[in-house]
Amino acid sequence: MERVPILKIGDILLVSIQVDMSDQTALQLQEDLAERIVATGCHGVIIDITALDIVDSFVGRMLSTIASISKVLDAETVVVGMRPAVAITLVELGLSLNGIRTALNVERGMELIAAAHADEHEELDDEPDAETASS
Amino acid sequence: MITGVDVGQPQTQAIRSDEDVVRVRQLVRTVAVAVRLSLVDQTKLVTAASELARNTLVYGGGGSVEVNTVDNGLRRGVRIVFADSGPGIVDLDLALTDGYTTGGGLGLGLSGARRLVDEFDIWTAVGEGTRITVTKWSR
Repeated sequence: MERVPILKIGDILLVSIQVDMSDQTALQLQEDLAERIVATGCHGVIIDITALDIVDSFVGRMLSTIASISKVLDAETVVVGMRPAVAITLVELGLSLNGIRTALNVERGMELIAAAHADEHEELDDEPDAETASS
Repeated sequence: MITGVDVGQPQTQAIRSDEDVVRVRQLVRTVAVAVRLSLVDQTKLVTAASELARNTLVYGGGGSVEVNTVDNGLRRGVRIVFADSGPGIVDLDLALTDGYTTGGGLGLGLSGARRLVDEFDIWTAVGEGTRITVTKWSR
């Protein structure tokens, strides 16, 4: 069975799916990612599907599950690089990709994660002392 | 409803493992490209084939797929037949409903695949098996 590599770039885990995954490979990726999120303490996961020429209901469900798992583990997931033909097919198939954030490319995905992370910290540091200290 | 006649040699692939589901996707894509389906139609057909091949494996206990080029005098297309000798489908109407599943999936396989192709035909008999024939025509 093939395994999809997971790269760590700063505070983000990057998964670029380059193979036509069997269902087993997809399930393995789900497990590997959960472990890496906890092991690294990363706050963001980017899944690049530029190379995927189809996303069927199984892979769609895997993407939703990964988003939910990472949420529970305090990480934000962004799926990037979906091809137009894949998007059209997904909608017709009836898959809604619940809870998944998407971006057009890896760069925008990283911005999205940075913004989401900054928002959270702003909320946490929202005390008068912290505000004067930072200004 | 099935229209058009087969042209050329059918290509077959056994479905015994989820690696075979990957092979079915690759085989269907090769034929779809040869028939010159548009990129969106290729994507729809390969996605439908992936759903149906997985159903053959998970619900039918494995089986086989046959891919053929068809011609109706005006257009060419790809016809795929998925066959298994599994338990068959007890309530076909229910099985074709969005969101209905007995296998813990999303329940979009059969109903979603039907939306993605131009022709969809299903034969099933309890205790005998299931045979699904789909066709996608070039535009």
